[in-house]
Amino acid sequence: MRRLTALIWKEWLQIVRDPSSILIAVVEPLILLFLFGYGVSFDLKDSPICVVSEQPSAPAAGLAASFHASRFFKSYTDGTTGRCIAELVAGRINGVVVIPSDFADRLASGQRAPVQILVDGSDPNTAGLMENYLAGTFRTWMAIDADMRARSAAPRISVVSRTWYNPAKESRRFLLPGLVAIIMTLIGTMLTSLVVSREWERGTMEAMMATPLTLPELVLGKLIPYYLLGMAAMTATTVITIVQFGVPFDGSVWVLAGVTSIFLLTTLGQGLVISTLARNQFVATQAALFSAFLPGFLLSGLVYEIDSMPWPIRLATYAVPARYYVPSLQTLFLAGDVPAVLWPNSLAMLVIATVFFTVVVRKTPRRLDG
Amino acid sequence: MEPLIRIDGLSKRFDGQPQPAIDGLSAAFEAGRINGLVGPDGAGKTTLIRLMAGLLAPTAGRIQVAGLDPVAEAQALRAAVAYMPQRFGLYEDLTVQENLNLHADIRGVIGAERRRRFDDLLAFTDLARFTRRLAGRLSGGMKQKLGLACALVKVPKLLLLDEPSVGVDPISRRELWRMAAELVGRGIAVIWSTAYLDEAERCDEVLLLNAGRALYAGPPALLTTELAGRSFLVNGLGGARRAVLEQALDHPAVIDGIVQGASLRLVVARQAEPPTIAELQAPEGAKLVPTGPRFEDAFIARLGHRAHPHSPYAERQAICAAGTVTVSATGLTKRFGDFTAAEDIGFTIHGGEIFGLLGPNGAGKSTTFKMLCGLLKPTRGSASVSGIDLLGAAGQARSRLGYMAQKFSLYGDLSVRQNLEFFAGIYGLGRQRSVVIGRMVEAFGLTPYLNADAGGLPLGFKQRLALACATMHDPAVLFLDEPTSGVDPLTRREFWSHINALVGRGVTVVVTTHFMDEAEYCDRIGLIYRGRIIAEGPPDKLKADAGVNSLEEAFISLVEGQEVAQ
Repeated sequence: MRRLTALIWKEWLQIVRDPSSILIAVVEPLILLFLFGYGVSFDLKDSPICVVSEQPSAPAAGLAASFHASRFFKSYTDGTTGRCIAELVAGRINGVVVIPSDFADRLASGQRAPVQILVDGSDPNTAGLMENYLAGTFRTWMAIDADMRARSAAPRISVVSRTWYNPAKESRRFLLPGLVAIIMTLIGTMLTSLVVSREWERGTMEAMMATPLTLPELVLGKLIPYYLLGMAAMTATTVITIVQFGVPFDGSVWVLAGVTSIFLLTTLGQGLVISTLARNQFVATQAALFSAFLPGFLLSGLVYEIDSMPWPIRLATYAVPARYYVPSLQTLFLAGDVPAVLWPNSLAMLVIATVFFTVVVRKTPRRLDG
Repeated sequence: MEPLIRIDGLSKRFDGQPQPAIDGLSAAFEAGRINGLVGPDGAGKTTLIRLMAGLLAPTAGRIQVAGLDPVAEAQALRAAVAYMPQRFGLYEDLTVQENLNLHADIRGVIGAERRRRFDDLLAFTDLARFTRRLAGRLSGGMKQKLGLACALVKVPKLLLLDEPSVGVDPISRRELWRMAAELVGRGIAVIWSTAYLDEAERCDEVLLLNAGRALYAGPPALLTTELAGRSFLVNGLGGARRAVLEQALDHPAVIDGIVQGASLRLVVARQAEPPTIAELQAPEGAKLVPTGPRFEDAFIARLGHRAHPHSPYAERQAICAAGTVTVSATGLTKRFGDFTAAEDIGFTIHGGEIFGLLGPNGAGKSTTFKMLCGLLKPTRGSASVSGIDLLGAAGQARSRLGYMAQKFSLYGDLSVRQNLEFFAGIYGLGRQRSVVIGRMVEAFGLTPYLNADAGGLPLGFKQRLALACATMHDPAVLFLDEPTSGVDPLTRREFWSHINALVGRGVTVVVTTHFMDEAEYCDRIGLIYRGRIIAEGPPDKLKADAGVNSLEEAFISLVEGQEVAQ
């Protein structure tokens, strides 16, 4: 026990005194948090569009006004079709709505009255969003218009949509909780593999191996301090997310701590696996970046929807621990303790952690030659 | 008495290596002695120590340490054995005291015993004043003493030291020996590996290793006596000693020769007549006198070193036909904050001269050296090469400099050819490039390694490549920063044969070193202590001034004299 506490104390002193630990454990998480909190958003707001009425009419003016009133768009109505398309090609606007000259007539005679929607498809994400929001605005206007004209005849049917868990539909509310997973990955995998490989590089590992320290002591001596550091970072991140960015937290703190602990085990396990294979800091950093950090970002469902990925990649996401942790976090923050989400995800993470630690115990060298 | 360590037919082969690192070795080491593990680089010294520490498993054969199998009974062994690796294994972010605490906790040294032990060790290593300093901020000698203290928090049965004196100045080295002697007095066995042969001579017993096999085991003096009557000094050579050395090494009777101050030291083959003064083409008044053999003579004789490759530099015409170059320093001062690393340093080095900068760790040697070759801007004073100020016209002056850094600044991941091409590019050799590279490759025998990574070369070839890279542009001044630190005598001899050839062509050489045998090659030495030059002159003059016989003693007495004066 004394040996273990001595190792943990040593590790703590090193974390505090080493600028690279502070950078990874404190500075980088803060940068990510503020970047995602303020900078990154998947919401559409004041997106510039151009609305062209080929022939002025009352319904066309009404439709244009409803685009104008939407908080999603900032609409311009002073161009011709050709000019607007030129603007779209130049990338100065994101979409064009063309209201054809027969729009009012078709509407009056009860026929289908289509409008043309053009979006810039070069960025498929934005294009999809634009298309949905533009079409949505159009449909809403149609419904209101039809209702107004048929006011006396048809029975009143109204569609009221309510969005659960994230009523304001702010992307920040699901991005920031998910970001905790990335920060845990930084500390668990990146920092751990870095410090262990540094011990190999500087020859301190050799000195430690020549002492009566046992293998479990050496492994726990790394695991415990970085587990504690990870939990501290999770707490700090959660508090900033709630207080600074106003994201609600509906789950219980203990469940959050439990699920986070399981996830930390997977990242720490991965960090230790990397450092048993790579005995130099450069290789360890690269390995951590490509096997943990980037998959955590790209394959966890945090940024890209997993269901819309091609199947081989979708299959690969099952091996990414963050894939299970990100939805758990989003559920805990926005929906509360939902066992149907948390249990399967936690079990999956436990399986991954077990695999990693089996490798660690089997492969951690007891001697310099294996 | 049963020996503490018994080794029987031990072999260790690493994956992917054609030759075993340890090859059927049998040996025994006893307690209460300093056992030297001596041999050239790559002889298997580190591997053998790691096998004793249970850090490597043998491929074949048996090893027993204190009655234990180091691999199967690792836990029991590690309680009895202390090991200091080559790089000391210290945590540089931790203070002296914190490093000691860690090791005491690991070895379960607690309570009153711990306090007593710490007091002991801090007094023993003279580190009591620095307990709150970070280990990373200690000088090389102090780091090494701390490493030793950490290894000794619990009194072991066996202390394993892997090249403890590499990069450590003579004063720290002497203290380390004093400490080892004290430990041995308490019945501890010490294994001390070294490539320095003056150290081997002080051990109680030595095991001479070469290519993983034992060449000799026993007291060093016994090996030395084999050489009785075969060592000679050639005196009265004046400035001709390097040229005479070339002649001597070509003589069939001579198996070894080095410069030793103003003299040459020669070793002749068994039952061979020493060369005559005429055969050596030595100047009038030169004298050949017999001298007592040293361990190094015996070492070289045992290794059967006879090859004397002519340095490629010898054949090429003198580059400094237009007149040799003078390096001078006036009032060089460098301050870092309120710390003065070098103060008012001045000297002049003439063309075709070897000038050595010596001094304890942290005395300001490297700072002075870096100011001389224009890598560091002096706070005051100036350094010039042939009158060109290194600061004012750095580019112009620097094109005439060659610089070989400590630990060879080669690109380990590039092949030999790529390294040469890179340096040729740096020096702007242009169209001559392929001609020059071809000449270097041929001259240094690098052809078989052309496509091998520089990082994996044998040490001797690494050094040849580094020298080839540093001299490709025919520099008039060559700066060498601890060029043979940790290098064995054979590689060092080869290296100096090249340097001697360069000097013979009029190149000026400035060298820093901790190694006194290397300092003997210098025409003049500047001894730096606490940022100032405290003595300057030829090696023999420094010895005479201090009234001692060896340069190491002269070094120590001059530095200590200064300390008393202050």
